Amino acid sequence: MAKKKIRIRAKMKGDVAEVKTLMSHPMETGFRKNKKTGEKIPPHFIKEVICEHKGNKILVASWGVAVSKNPYLSFKFKGAAKGDTITISWNDNKGESATADAKVS
Amino acid sequence: MKRRTFLKGTVASGMLSVAASAGLLTPRSVLAAWPETAFAAKSIDDALNTLLGSTTLSESGDIKIKAPEIAENGAVVPITVSTGMEAESISVFIAKNPSPLACSFALGGSTQGFVSTRVKMGETSDLIAIVKSGGKLYSAKKTIKVTIGGCGG
Amino acid sequence: MKKLLLITAAISVLGAPLASQASPEDDLKAFRGYFMERFPNVPLEEFANGVYAIDPASREQWEAIEEFPPYEIAIDEGEELFNTPFRNGKSYASCFRNGGIGVKSDYPYYDTEKGQVETLESAINACRTKNGEKPLKWKQGKIAALSAYMAYTTRGQTIDIKIPHDQRALDAYENGQRAYYARRGQLNMSCAHCHVDNSGNKIRADLLSPALGHLSHFPVYRSKWGNLGTAHRRFAGCNKQVRALPFKAQSTQYRDLEYFMTYMSNGIPWNGPGARK
Repeated sequence: MAKKKIRIRAKMKGDVAEVKTLMSHPMETGFRKNKKTGEKIPPHFIKEVICEHKGNKILVASWGVAVSKNPYLSFKFKGAAKGDTITISWNDNKGESATADAKVS
Repeated sequence: MKRRTFLKGTVASGMLSVAASAGLLTPRSVLAAWPETAFAAKSIDDALNTLLGSTTLSESGDIKIKAPEIAENGAVVPITVSTGMEAESISVFIAKNPSPLACSFALGGSTQGFVSTRVKMGETSDLIAIVKSGGKLYSAKKTIKVTIGGCGG
Repeated sequence: MKKLLLITAAISVLGAPLASQASPEDDLKAFRGYFMERFPNVPLEEFANGVYAIDPASREQWEAIEEFPPYEIAIDEGEELFNTPFRNGKSYASCFRNGGIGVKSDYPYYDTEKGQVETLESAINACRTKNGEKPLKWKQGKIAALSAYMAYTTRGQTIDIKIPHDQRALDAYENGQRAYYARRGQLNMSCAHCHVDNSGNKIRADLLSPALGHLSHFPVYRSKWGNLGTAHRRFAGCNKQVRALPFKAQSTQYRDLEYFMTYMSNGIPWNGPGARK
């Protein structure tokens, strides 16, 4: 079983879908030094987060190193209903990526 | 199941009037590359120009920044930016960070003017939220203090 | 009331408790009473939330983090580890009561056979070695994830540490108590100086959390660490902060300290894993 890199909670509040997501990522700034070697730890951060619903991109986030480690994101949108699927994916500066989906409750 | 529940305090929830339009981000926004230059920019103006094409801002009282006055830990500062305007994008700048542009969110037509995330701040600084609406740029700011703790925090 | 002030004052000044005269039950009453009086608007259960029970400004930030706390990643990891069998086919569940679900409340306890305090982490590693696996490192990583999962399934139970009628158990408790009130390090301070005498006061920009309820919410995800750590990791950190040499994780010193501190939080809900700055 793969580690869940993206956790999603999506809930209808009236006619608005409220989405909260927590991602597992070091979001390394590139400013920190390895305490043992003294060398700078290279930056490793999520660049883009794409949130989709029924083939529509409802939100595209562009991130830099100033977003916290194990980043959190929450947003709201209309046009969804209970049972719909939300898909969230990210890609980072090392070319890694992850994707996950969840049903709106 | 065993999630924490809090006594709800008073939360100001603005009446957001977002027209439910086409709901699609334009192909241009979708295919636009990650704004490398904007994220590398050392000044807010350079970042604004590169990211949003302008430095002309109108202060707006319709942009609410929910953020602590004093950050408990500068590495994880919870912030929420919300607006009643129909927002095409919301961008967050942290003035004193090495590169002021922290993050930017392109919003679909049916997406509300609301984003919540956690950011890093190196020192006490203004947090500036820029909302793009109707092709114009609106701004609001809040000063967030980052302190030195006594417990090594 | 005067009695507890006397005891606390004597402890801080002498660095050794008069409490060898008093029973642990008396100590607990005095300890709890001191904090209930110092923070009169805080109900007992709320002390499980530490500094957030006494500071609205940082509480708001904590509640924002708890909207989707970063330790959830570790809970999932811990669950997966917990449910993965060892090479010999057995699992963690076989080492614990109730299949290991909701059992963090059993720890720490005084093991009269082994003659030492057993903590949840020591039990996890004992389970591993018993089943032919290498023990995990004590302060972070997989052991913290397992501990987080087991703490999570224990949430809602009430801390109820027992001290058996065994002089060795009482000695361990008192050893932990002595450690708590002893000055140490270049800064020559004890745990009590900050977390008892100065709880609610500021040390530079930090607000000192009350000792009551301290071990209710471990393991803890600290924003400072960027990951999850065990109680003994935090003990070592605190010792270093007063510029004292830390003890080794799961050493007798730290086990006994954990025993004393958890007993002092009897009556407070098990609340782990926690998120802190």
